[in-house]
Amino acid sequence: MAKKTVVSSTINGSSTEFLCEPRQSLLEVLRDTLHLTGSKEGCNNGNCGACTVLMDGKPVLSCLVLGVEAEGAKIETVESLAKNGQLAPVQQCFLEGAALQCGICTPGFLMATKALLEKFPQPTEHDIRFHLANNLCRCTGYDKIVKSVQACATAVR
Amino acid sequence: MKDFGYAAPESLGEASRLLQHAAGSVKILAGGTDIIVQLREGMREADLVVDVKKVPELQELTFSATHGLRLGASVPCHRVYEHPQLVAAYSALVDASKIIGGWQIQSRASVGGNLCNSSPAADTIPALIAHHAWCEIASPRGKRTVAVEQFCTAPGKNVLQKGELLVAIVFPPSLSHSGSAYERFIPRNEMDIAVVGVGSRVQLNATGDTIEFARIGVGAVAPTPKYAQEASEWLAGKPATEEFFAQAGELAKKIASPISDMRGTAEYRTHLVGVMVKRTLLKAAERAKVFINH
Ligand SMILES: Cc1cc2nc3c(=O)[nH]c(=O)nc-3n(C[C@H](O)[C@H](O)[C@H](O)COP(=O)(O)OP(=O)(O)OC[C@H]3O[C@@H](n4cnc5c(N)ncnc54)[C@H](O)[C@@H]3O)c2cc1C
Ligand code: FES
Ligand code: FES
Repeated sequence: MAKKTVVSSTINGSSTEFLCEPRQSLLEVLRDTLHLTGSKEGCNNGNCGACTVLMDGKPVLSCLVLGVEAEGAKIETVESLAKNGQLAPVQQCFLEGAALQCGICTPGFLMATKALLEKFPQPTEHDIRFHLANNLCRCTGYDKIVKSVQACATAVR
Repeated sequence: MKDFGYAAPESLGEASRLLQHAAGSVKILAGGTDIIVQLREGMREADLVVDVKKVPELQELTFSATHGLRLGASVPCHRVYEHPQLVAAYSALVDASKIIGGWQIQSRASVGGNLCNSSPAADTIPALIAHHAWCEIASPRGKRTVAVEQFCTAPGKNVLQKGELLVAIVFPPSLSHSGSAYERFIPRNEMDIAVVGVGSRVQLNATGDTIEFARIGVGAVAPTPKYAQEASEWLAGKPATEEFFAQAGELAKKIASPISDMRGTAEYRTHLVGVMVKRTLLKAAERAKVFINH
């Protein structure tokens, strides 16, 4: 077994050190080592977006990032959204817009939406559909998700 | 995933030494969007993974109107299409880097990785061919350069030898009165593999009605992406009209030797080459004219 490496990164605002093998994905580290189980494993090959986290502010698929690559990076997961039991605006809008059923895809959609609204505070429907194209949902249908993102853009504005 | 070691060298020299002297199989990692999937699914194996993202030369993105573009091999796609000057100067490359995977993929995936993965359907390669780009390769014996259209040798294979790595992709300056475009045909709007992908660039005369030269790159219709040489050379001196672009499309069909699969039959793909060549030439010429009027 390859030697475990110590990796230091900032995860959801706190400096965190973890030990991991080079072959472990960031998703595995988040879920199994750090017990941040909000990020979900859907496909484990980059197609579904359920594992989306922000890495240095950019949305990435944590199943396609090695844990060791997180050295020195700033990682944000869905756990960073709610503060003191208070849902973040995106979460509230998804809830009110019924943009989820089983919820497996939701953490990925929320994180991609967070990044989207930072880039486009007033996104068009095309902006939303284009930027969320790497997030799949098997349950809800995309209209409710798109409408919730639009509602969130309006609420935040 | 099978066990492997990991190294993240911070200089080109260190990276080359690691690649040359490593015992067992070594795989290079840039954005990881191909290689991590391949390692996980057992399609490739590594004893050592060398992450080249920290090598400064591979993160370089320098553009100047006179010298052209130097694109470090591990620069992620989003840095290409977010660069305000590249949008006009290297439109075909920008078109291609915008449609690779979704946003999350584009945050990590590099143009260099797309080229080195050497898929026949890779979206940036026809665009790189249209731009007449060159690969700069660091080898244990020094540096060498290879034209992009000669880089891929078979599906998933290329000219890189053990110990070599792609350092940068180098583009000649984009001249005034020129324009380029990349488009692929896919059955849905986003997130799919090209059934056919075409990158075209045209250089027009000062009035914008005659083609001085053109370059057409075609993907997904042969074991490697191809430079449509005959069609490109034929266009020189011809009027920049739809009729001539359509004829160039007919000529380009000759280089297609596609397979039939669930995305399309060989006949359908060959037909699409004609359609996509015409379409991208028209778009490239329109773009060239916009820049003439500026
Ligand atoms: C969900 C999904 C969607 C995708 N959609 C598309 C698409 O629409 N179009 C498309 O073309 N591709 C697509 N891809 C494939 C992939 O994202 C691209 O090929 C990407 O550009 C690869 O870049 P990377 O930096 O991630 O490469 P990596 O995975 O890091 O590397 C790719 C290959 O190149 C080698 N390599 C990397 N850098 C170097 C170097 N400097 N020198 C030598 N060898 C090197 C690696 O060893 C590996 O073999 C998709 C992938 C996924 C998972
Ligand atoms: S689990 Fe990462 S994209 Fe599906
Ligand atoms: S709510 Fe079930 S996958 Fe989206």
